[in-house]
Amino acid sequence: MELRPSADQQQLIDTFAALYAKESPPERVRAAEPLGFDRRLWDLLVGLGSITMAVPEEDGGWGASLLDLALVAEQHGRALGPAPLIETQVAARLLARTGPAAADLLAQVLAGDRLVTLAPRPCRGPVAGLVPAGAVADDVIVLHGDTLTVVPIGEDRVVPGNLGSMPLADVPLREGPVIATGPAAEVAFESALDDWLALTAAALAAMALRSVEIGVDYASEREAFGQPIGGFQAVGHRLADCRVAADGAGLLARQAAWAAGEDPERFPVLAPMAYGFAAEAARDASYWALHFHGGYGFMLEYDIQLSYRRSRAWANVVMDPRRAYRRVADRRYGPVGAG
Amino acid sequence: MDFRLGPDSEEFRAEVRAFLDEHITPEMTERVYRTGVSHDEAFTRALAERGWLAPGWPVELGGQGRDPLEMQVLADELRVRDAPTYGIGTTLMVATVLRAVGTPAQQAEILPRALSGQIVIVLGFSEPEAGSDLASAATRAVPDGDGWVINGQKMFTTNAQIGDYVFLLARTNTEVPRHRGLTMFLVPMDQEGVEVQPVFTLSGERTNITFYNDVRVSDAWRIGEVDGGWQTLTVSLAAEHGSAFGSAIERLLAAAEDWAAGTLDDGGRPMLEDLSLRETLGRTMADLEVSRLLQRRVAWMAEAGLPLTTEGPMSKLFSSEALQDRAQDLAELMGPDALRSYLDPTAPGHGEVEHTLRHSLGTTIYAGTSEIHRNMIAQRGLGLPRTR
Ligand SMILES: Cc1cc2nc3c(=O)[nH]c(=O)nc-3n(C[C@H](O)[C@H](O)[C@H](O)COP(=O)(O)OP(=O)(O)OC[C@H]3O[C@@H](n4cnc5c(N)ncnc54)[C@H](O)[C@@H]3O)c2cc1C
Repeated sequence: MELRPSADQQQLIDTFAALYAKESPPERVRAAEPLGFDRRLWDLLVGLGSITMAVPEEDGGWGASLLDLALVAEQHGRALGPAPLIETQVAARLLARTGPAAADLLAQVLAGDRLVTLAPRPCRGPVAGLVPAGAVADDVIVLHGDTLTVVPIGEDRVVPGNLGSMPLADVPLREGPVIATGPAAEVAFESALDDWLALTAAALAAMALRSVEIGVDYASEREAFGQPIGGFQAVGHRLADCRVAADGAGLLARQAAWAAGEDPERFPVLAPMAYGFAAEAARDASYWALHFHGGYGFMLEYDIQLSYRRSRAWANVVMDPRRAYRRVADRRYGPVGAG
Repeated sequence: MDFRLGPDSEEFRAEVRAFLDEHITPEMTERVYRTGVSHDEAFTRALAERGWLAPGWPVELGGQGRDPLEMQVLADELRVRDAPTYGIGTTLMVATVLRAVGTPAQQAEILPRALSGQIVIVLGFSEPEAGSDLASAATRAVPDGDGWVINGQKMFTTNAQIGDYVFLLARTNTEVPRHRGLTMFLVPMDQEGVEVQPVFTLSGERTNITFYNDVRVSDAWRIGEVDGGWQTLTVSLAAEHGSAFGSAIERLLAAAEDWAAGTLDDGGRPMLEDLSLRETLGRTMADLEVSRLLQRRVAWMAEAGLPLTTEGPMSKLFSSEALQDRAQDLAELMGPDALRSYLDPTAPGHGEVEHTLRHSLGTTIYAGTSEIHRNMIAQRGLGLPRTR
């Protein structure tokens, strides 16, 4: 067992931590609202190779492990990065997985010429609802029935205002290149979704930890009844619980991402497990940290509201935690109705 | 990064499982439960013969020089099988203290017998009026010739009825601030004036009140410095605070799965297809995984020589609270079937859910209550001001 990042991984962490510190401080996160897309941050992320690293070497990428990507996702979540990092990485990996059918498109993605995202839910009607990055993407990969299609996003997309100030869109479906069909399409989609869950788990775990830090800082400064409020157990104990959950979420998210490469049999169980746990940790930590700001927490001026909204939005748009736990059960016992 | 325990650990796990298959019999499990005494002499000696009472100790002291992760494997497997290890745990905890601060004579007298499973040492910290706040302990030890005379009462002295020694916290100085007037003693239980009165608990675990009336103890049985008991105690509490209950969550999960697989809902569908049950089972699996990770982090840090702050308390707090919460959730989903008693032949999953509704309540109380652990995490882990 070794829980410390390797020297290379530490360098990766440091590089992205520095980027986010400079290019995604709370002022920039706010400035990007309500759309939630910071063009400069996005260009820098692409320039650093964030998408390229996610793709295997034989497909023209750098072949980073999912764990490496999770370490980047942690920095992204910690900084509430207003750029569609995870969904585009996951989409690029999916394009690579589906093989020659999508090779041209993947090349354009890697060249930074097209922004391709993925709809996290299979599509049933004529519209793919609340597609992450749908408001800024050129294409969205959609699973419709047993067909994976790259749907070009047109001017008819609708961009709804939303809790997390995310660049979401309701995207009307139209014809597009089919990149996989039949069971292969579903398998590819499900693995992409597992990647997505594992990486978002890492982002949410880091967001949870950051929320605890914000709460602790405030509770150490703010005084009431002649003492810092952090000295009241009603405050300190909640923050302690949130810290424990954030630590657990961080460990589990890293383990899940590690398993993608090192323990592939367990990965499909661990990914939704890590995701459900991290989503709840981030939800609770941001809630309590906000609550312990008193009235100030309710003011837009304080940063904790940014975390409160994103912890919920980033999670629910992909999969709510309850559904994630049911997915864990599906993986362990088989889907309902299969027996 | 690597989340594998390592090939040595996995090989060791297989060895431990084979040993437990042989030595844990339904009769022993039943006896431990009916008597409430989590100690079995034959089992303890069998473990000792394998060198598994203190696997982390050096070979020359009777151990096997195993690393903290392997020790965790052993502890996990023992708990998953609910092996009778309470007496082993307290005995080894005191042996560890003696190894650190005992005199050569004390070590020679106690350690070989402790490591071969010949003696049981019990903990006499809590008192009727002092549990969480141990520094207010009132049991008195007064110098008398070349020894001490002890008077007082201890509460929850688990296993005292079979113990050979009690590791006793006593006040030796009333003139100084309370933390500085305490001393630790190892008192032979057969000493005149020691009395044991049983106390029965919600889970069936038997514990005791112990009384000390003019108990004479030679100074040779003083452990650590006079008035230095608080430091000695801190060594032993640190070991206790690292305890974890992941294995109990594993048992609970297995019992709920057993029930779900063998039960139909009102519409005749297998309960395992019930969506709210599946959600709770998924959540229980997550809690189990997180409990294990928090626990392994402690062992890994120890092995890597990294300084521990509150990782132990985090592991204990999370796993015990999760055990309690998931037992409640699962019991509600199981409805009346959850009420069938532990080891009752009609009970699904051996009645583990009913049993957990009882014994999990102790896990958030002993080895430091959840509130005490939250205090530690808030202050030492988060750097918050002292909580009140
Ligand atoms: C089955 C069992 C076995 C045990 N075995 C042993 C044993 O072998 N040897 C031994 O010495 N002891 C043993 N104990 C005792 C155990 O360690 C104590 O019960 C525990 O430390 C709590 O002390 P208390 O019972 O006096 O509760 P108290 O300290 O009176 O606490 C009562 C409540 O107040 C809360 N509280 C106390 N202080 C604070 C604070 N500062 N902040 C917030 N809340 C607070 C507690 O969390 C708890 O909820 C055992 C207990 C049980 C249940």
